[in-house]
Amino acid sequence: MPKRLYAEALVGALRRALETDDRVHLMGQYFLGLTEHRELMVELREDYVERVYYPPIAEVGYVGAAIGAAMAGLRPIVDIATASFIFQAFPQVVNEAANVHYMSGGQTSVPMVFHFNQGIRGGGAAQHSHSPQAMLWNTPGLEIMAPSTPADVKGLVATAVQSNNPTAWVDHVRLFDTIGEVPDPDYAIPFGVADIKRSGTDVTIVASSFMVVRSLAAAETLAKQGIDVEVVDLRTLTPLDEDAVFTSVAKTGRLVVVDECHRRCGVAAEIAALVAENALGDLTAPIKRVTALDVPIPFSPPLEEFVEPTEAKIVEAVSEIAG
Amino acid sequence: MTSIGAAEDRALLDLLERMWLIRAFEEKVSDLYARGHISGLLHLGIGQEGSAVGACSILRDDDYVLGSHRAHAHALAKGADPERLMAELAGRSTGYCAGKGGSMHLVALECGFVTATGVVAGSIPLGLGTALAGQQAGMGQVTVVFFGDGAGQAGPFHESLNLASLWKLPLVFLCENNGYAEFTPLSAHTNIERLTHYADTYQIPSTTVEGNDVLAVQAATEQAVELARSGGGPSFIEALTHRPRGHYEGDQAKYRELSEREEWKEKDPIARFEMYLEQQNVLSEDASEARTIEADVRQRIEAVAEAALDAPWPAPESLTSQVLAS
Repeated sequence: MPKRLYAEALVGALRRALETDDRVHLMGQYFLGLTEHRELMVELREDYVERVYYPPIAEVGYVGAAIGAAMAGLRPIVDIATASFIFQAFPQVVNEAANVHYMSGGQTSVPMVFHFNQGIRGGGAAQHSHSPQAMLWNTPGLEIMAPSTPADVKGLVATAVQSNNPTAWVDHVRLFDTIGEVPDPDYAIPFGVADIKRSGTDVTIVASSFMVVRSLAAAETLAKQGIDVEVVDLRTLTPLDEDAVFTSVAKTGRLVVVDECHRRCGVAAEIAALVAENALGDLTAPIKRVTALDVPIPFSPPLEEFVEPTEAKIVEAVSEIAG
Repeated sequence: MTSIGAAEDRALLDLLERMWLIRAFEEKVSDLYARGHISGLLHLGIGQEGSAVGACSILRDDDYVLGSHRAHAHALAKGADPERLMAELAGRSTGYCAGKGGSMHLVALECGFVTATGVVAGSIPLGLGTALAGQQAGMGQVTVVFFGDGAGQAGPFHESLNLASLWKLPLVFLCENNGYAEFTPLSAHTNIERLTHYADTYQIPSTTVEGNDVLAVQAATEQAVELARSGGGPSFIEALTHRPRGHYEGDQAKYRELSEREEWKEKDPIARFEMYLEQQNVLSEDASEARTIEADVRQRIEAVAEAALDAPWPAPESLTSQVLAS
């Protein structure tokens, strides 16, 4: 099977969406952030001039435009670039797109995708390092996907483009350089199906997006210490594959949730609550969370490292309960 | 003075009838609200019927209209069914939105009424999108987005004007300037006197018209729609109007001068239009045709209200449906 860079798989998925569905329009010019991989977008933009828009830096306007276009039958994929900028578009994303299907009694749907690059990317500081997926997860009416591999991004984008819901595509610039096998034929990965990225028997790690990569690295370190970790990649937050989490916890009896959101009311908090409510009897140790700390993300490299969920912190958390 | 011609007469009387339908609908809504049959936050546009009816009178069925938070008139002018609308305001399962939207979140997609919004300026960016979809479809569809003068100071308004101009979207910005942003006169929120000034800044053709003159709004919209259909891009119409009632039902509007209320009587778009039709001999001197129109729509609205209140409440099972589309 051919190996591809995540960035290549991402651009390939966008190209395939444009090729196979005339209703797909791209709005925004980054998708790959300010990384060197952004050059991969040039050819795509040239090939689909009529369906690729370069909006001004006016998120509430152009994201709203994409939402309205989706309400009228197009299937826009919008890039909001750095996740922190989605706050400029929150009035349209949270109060219009997420609500309108319900508020209209099912008359209107919003088949579109919002792409953004979340998380700590190194030096982004407080205004360029947000992980807004927990805030979005607290918003009924949105679907949320958070791929972690080149193969998954291809398959999840295929599903997102055909979904009739507004879908947040939680992405991470630190994924772009990762490499993985990507099957050539078209395929779609259904939403709500988690993937066991590493099978193990001692401790379950639940993660999504780039935290899956970190968790897998931590699992290798832990394996050398004789701790066999299972890594459950949620892949989508809404819909959520709760059963996959419960099944793994039933097997291992121990849970560490790794998540780049802040700790308070983050994704990890919700996963921990679900397991506590539904599978307490399966647990043989307290649930641990490895998250960003509850401070704005600082600039200085050592401070940033202190705040973020690092591989070392994951190893430490797992070791504490692996008993 | 002779009458203008049978077909033209009919078209003029249709405008009158549509304005009366909206007036009767909203007065009934006010009555039902006062008697506790309708609840929630309710924004009535009584006195502003001229702009909605004038603008929508020349739209095609497949054109898109987006409303503000004061949107009953926008939906009805675009052809929404009064009974389903009334049922929605009453929170019934037979309402357009199955009781999930209510007054501020009306959607009547079947007639091209895309959405109202509970957020000032909230539907303006969405209007860019329906216009973009219309532009892409290439069938000449246009979008009219209604909003009040209060939206003119909001960021989404300005981003939208710039984008509409930049992308030459087939979009008509229709500002119903009633002089009050909720409870505050426009002059307390901006030094700009005419909202068309904003349009000029973004190089969008604009005009200010007397919004309570249904024919003036119709003429301005006709020109704007023609430009949009022919690929000429957006236009901006500022329709000067008046809101004789408060911001919401129950608002005593004590911030208003008494003289404004007197002024309103002269500005009523329906009374004004009836007077015009009399002068044009479309109505006879005693305006008996108008009284018949009014009586008929009031009777119809009575039946509409009765049917709406007789309709069932939404079943609890409907609560969790339609959060996500299938």
